[in-house]
Amino acid sequence: MERLGYLFDALTPLNIALAWSGVVAGTIIGALPGLSATMAVAVLVPITFAMEPASGLIMLGAIYTGAIYGGAFAAILVNTPGTPSAIATTFDGFPMAKRGDGDLAVTLATIASVVGGLVGALALLLLAPPLARVALAFGPVEYFWLAILGLTLIAALSEGDLLKGLIGACFGLLLSMMGVAVVGGDVRFTAGLPQLIGGVEVVSALIGLYCIPVLIDMVATPKAHLKVGTTPRGFRLREAMALSWRYKFNLARSSVIGTLVGILPGAGGSIAGLVAYSEARRTSKTSKKFGTGEPEGIMSTESANNATVGGGFIPTLVLGIPGTPPDAVILGALLVQGIRTGPSLFTEQASISFTFIYGLLIATVLMLPTGLLIGRYAYKSIVSLPKAVLVPTIAFMTVIGSYAIQNSGVDVVLMFGLGVLGWVLSRYGFKPSPIVLGLVLGQIAEQGFVQGWLIGGATNNLMGMYFGRPISLAIIAFIVLSLFYPLIAPRLKLGRPPAAKPPQETPHHAE
Amino acid sequence: MESFRTFWGATSLAAALLVAGPALAEYPEKPVTYIIPFGPGGESDITARMQQEAFPKHANGQQLIIQYKPGGGGSQAWSQINSLPSDGYTIMGTNVPHTILQPMITDAGYETDDVNAVHYFHYTPDAVVVPKDSQFQTLQDLIDYAKERPGEVTFAGSGSNSANHLMQQQLDKLAGITTTYVPFKGTGAAVQAIMGNQTTGGATYSTVGVNYPETRVLAVAAEDRLPSLPDAPTFKELGLDWVGGAYRGVAVPAGVPDDIKRQVSEIIAQINADPTFRQKMEDGGFVLSDITLDKMPEFIDEQKAKYREIAEDMGLVKPAQAEAAQ
Repeated sequence: MERLGYLFDALTPLNIALAWSGVVAGTIIGALPGLSATMAVAVLVPITFAMEPASGLIMLGAIYTGAIYGGAFAAILVNTPGTPSAIATTFDGFPMAKRGDGDLAVTLATIASVVGGLVGALALLLLAPPLARVALAFGPVEYFWLAILGLTLIAALSEGDLLKGLIGACFGLLLSMMGVAVVGGDVRFTAGLPQLIGGVEVVSALIGLYCIPVLIDMVATPKAHLKVGTTPRGFRLREAMALSWRYKFNLARSSVIGTLVGILPGAGGSIAGLVAYSEARRTSKTSKKFGTGEPEGIMSTESANNATVGGGFIPTLVLGIPGTPPDAVILGALLVQGIRTGPSLFTEQASISFTFIYGLLIATVLMLPTGLLIGRYAYKSIVSLPKAVLVPTIAFMTVIGSYAIQNSGVDVVLMFGLGVLGWVLSRYGFKPSPIVLGLVLGQIAEQGFVQGWLIGGATNNLMGMYFGRPISLAIIAFIVLSLFYPLIAPRLKLGRPPAAKPPQETPHHAE
Repeated sequence: MESFRTFWGATSLAAALLVAGPALAEYPEKPVTYIIPFGPGGESDITARMQQEAFPKHANGQQLIIQYKPGGGGSQAWSQINSLPSDGYTIMGTNVPHTILQPMITDAGYETDDVNAVHYFHYTPDAVVVPKDSQFQTLQDLIDYAKERPGEVTFAGSGSNSANHLMQQQLDKLAGITTTYVPFKGTGAAVQAIMGNQTTGGATYSTVGVNYPETRVLAVAAEDRLPSLPDAPTFKELGLDWVGGAYRGVAVPAGVPDDIKRQVSEIIAQINADPTFRQKMEDGGFVLSDITLDKMPEFIDEQKAKYREIAEDMGLVKPAQAEAAQ
């Protein structure tokens, strides 16, 4: 393997220093609510212009993977996802922190992120060209069905009341339609205000829906934000390692899901986290505990979102089609460096591509010690900060963050408005997750459906378009499984030899 | 935000040490903010990044700072351009036909003339692109096929009522065929559909053919063949009278003094003349253009007339309404 030689090119002190500083910068930016991975990469791109292509790429990759990981801190410790990829991390991360296990949750997230990041980067190293074909096999209809599969997660995310979950998701779908429609160019739901032509910016909406209600609640309740542990317990690394080993299949499955979702352009870390979470929940023996601080929940989302980093580089480097939004920025940086993406990048320019991939692996490994240290510091400071400091600081970050995405004051107003609305709605049992799911998946579903309709209509083959393509059929099978699993599961168990546990009663969402 | 500033500060310092540019003119004395009306990673961003790299060399060693203000296909940024500081240290990217079509078709929050373009520095010609393994070797093959099967040929492109959409409409009109246009969110998504054989081909830009080796360009809508695509004929060679594409340029807020406007235009022109920059742009399939400040009024009038006619053909604007908008 001559390729292994590039490992030594990646191991120069300069490259290691760049990887490490990238991870640190990314983790800190990612940990701040509202500052996303895309922003972290975009801001730091010009620094890499003066570097060798491989070194610049290593630094950008390290920033990216660090930012995706850093999002977990805010999700766990404050209940506000630091980046969209960490939405699902709040579900179990914050309940764990609330009961005093924040340190364990951060360490678990770190291990899971490293595992997921390694799986994604290894897929990039070993299987990039064939896996890039997968991205091309996904047409509009496949995206449509995938979004529908994502919407079936409402059942899992509506926390007890399916009807309210569905209403929330419909609200999210309506929000996703605001602005100029990609297909057709119609201007919808803007109330005649040109400021709304751009539609609802997903990340700022998300900051509003997740952060503002948390802030209002923090102010409205006299209790301490997090329960403080009585004695310092270090990193709780041993405990976290044991849990990771126990749930190794969860980690592996979630990492593979994350890699695959990363390969599909347009999906990204938030969807990867949600899909991995619901799969982990569906297959877990303790699925009913999900949402109350179950380590498996954090491990699934955090391994999946970091796996999208390596996965996303696959179409970016092999096809020149960015797998995720930060990849789009990195692709631009590559073109400025004069590097042509495509299959030849892996042969003629192997010294760049493989040095970079090894660099990404090194950065991922470096995330373990770096993340543990930053995580411990973050945990200590969040626990010891009085609410009077914590709340204004986060409130300030939400304003800065939602403004910085598009340099738009409208987004700040929308963020705040949706946040207050989210708080009111949650008092009536409407949770933010179904709304966000509708908002994130609405556009993908709509565009995929209409594009499929146009293509199928053009060739007079609408039925074949939606129901005759093998990948679509497989996704439809998953949708059916996901919808009816709660009904099927008990029967499957009855058919088997007596299980260790009594058949579960039909969960709440099986109406 | 403070940490961002520190990063920028560090970058500017590093670059200033690297390129100690000669002090030729007084402007600019400090970094210039360049607002891109689209998200990162698109062609507007990529070409702006190439300018960013060359900027200090031609602008007293000062940095160009890129900010993104996407939304509404650019209208979000253009509708706010004239409320930005008019000291010449904030400039914005601008596009044709976008800034012409958007105000023409809907209430975009600005009028074409609100965007004070000082230099259009390049354009990407429209192109018809098919996957490498497509059965269509020439545009004529595709036209013949479309004539036999009206509507069955599908073209992926970026957005509705966009430059790509207009080209597909022009092709239909000039070749006497009916094809189906399928809008995608951005050129990247359209390319994915083209390379994955989801559509027959793409009504897209020449840059796609240059940057994606797994595609074949059947025709480009430029005056002459492109150096980066020597084998692709122009529409004109094939008997279809169409030259079009997306122009990208730089605009300044209203109230920027005339001499600063001229200096911005000159800096952009100097960057355009920089051999390294030219090489990178041409390798990327972009065609450099030198529509400087003095040529601007004529250029904009010409483009307005051209696109009004097409928009009327497509039924996007009523002829009477178009008169009123004038």
